[in-house]
Amino acid sequence: MESLINLFVRSIFIDNMIFAYFLGMCSFLAVSKTVKTSVGLGIAVIFVLLITAPLNWLIDTYVLKAGALTWLSPSLSELDLSYLSFLIFIGVIAAMVQLVEMFVEKFSPPLYNALGIFLPLIAVNCAILGVALFVQEREYQTISEVTVYAVGSGVGWFLAITAIAAIKEKIKYSHIPAPLRGLGISFILTGLMAIAFMGFMGIKI
Amino acid sequence: MSNDKIKDREPLFSAKNIKLLKNPINLDNPISVQVLGICSALAVTVQLKPAIVMALSVTIVTAFSNLIISSVRNTIPSRIRIIVQLVVVATLVIIVDQVLKAYVYDVSKKLSVFVGLIITNCILMGRLEAFAMAQKPWPSFLDGIGNGLGYGAILIIVGFFRELFGSGKLYGYSVIPEFAFKAGYVNNGMMILPPMALILIGVIIWLQRSRNRVLIDKS
Repeated sequence: MESLINLFVRSIFIDNMIFAYFLGMCSFLAVSKTVKTSVGLGIAVIFVLLITAPLNWLIDTYVLKAGALTWLSPSLSELDLSYLSFLIFIGVIAAMVQLVEMFVEKFSPPLYNALGIFLPLIAVNCAILGVALFVQEREYQTISEVTVYAVGSGVGWFLAITAIAAIKEKIKYSHIPAPLRGLGISFILTGLMAIAFMGFMGIKI
Repeated sequence: MSNDKIKDREPLFSAKNIKLLKNPINLDNPISVQVLGICSALAVTVQLKPAIVMALSVTIVTAFSNLIISSVRNTIPSRIRIIVQLVVVATLVIIVDQVLKAYVYDVSKKLSVFVGLIITNCILMGRLEAFAMAQKPWPSFLDGIGNGLGYGAILIIVGFFRELFGSGKLYGYSVIPEFAFKAGYVNNGMMILPPMALILIGVIIWLQRSRNRVLIDKS
């Protein structure tokens, strides 16, 4: 239990998707114009991560890994399908995003109106595939670890995009040198925020 | 083939096609102007070598996925085009990943998940959607190469400064002489950490926009 809380805090603050690995930067910079849309996108990312990361982990552990198919028949214990993982992961993510979109549209129209336009964008958000690949690379052992890591990463991403949107709303009123306006200052701001987040390094619960 | 048929055809490297190749390197740069593909641009630039390998891989994948999608563009139903594009891109990335693992294993280890993340690199989807779905294969191929090179140019600039100031090396070789360290020169450890990559790209954008004032944000 303690290690799970530790993992959760780590994935939010120290291994933050944006500030430590720069994953999901494209939508982070493009969609963070107002706090309201950023919150919508952030929640959608957490939601999709919560579903796809454990699913991809299950597929990886029981189908793709070297010897993972032994449960089907002992003769398959030599088989290693891990070279297919990119294709399968991105397929699962794209399909799940589509399914989630249809599901939300049917059962919760208000949520759909809030998230609707962002959901298709998420299929190509690097953070989602990034989490799936990190889970594979770091060899997390149990599904609870994977879920906690996925939600933590999502919350970290949510925090980052909400924070930058809030700063961007304020910065409209300041005098920035013309060539630096827009993209340039967003990068430098993100860099400064990343330095601030480095203050969390080494936290352990 | 009749003579005027040959005349009708555009030469392979017409002025228009050359422009497709050259524009993305500066005026239409995928990273600093189109804001595409930033995710991986930052993470792989601690040293020059992974940056170059990454730039090459992205160029190859972009060029060939543009070529393939553009050749089959008329047969893809528009509702499922994203999945079709993703499958083509993922297949190409698997090939690149296997080649990297076979020939430059140490670099492939350093790039870790970022090779796989080429699949969701926004440059690919952006160029496929914006260019390859509407243009003929050859211009799309050139557009892919151009955008890959534009991406590579930024990666190499950032990688150059981060490796030079962060660890005093270039492409793995020490370039800061020994006596400089004895005289009190210290490597800037900050350069190796993630935040400096963001700030460096911010500065590159600043310089580029003050030289080409057309690129300045109007808002």
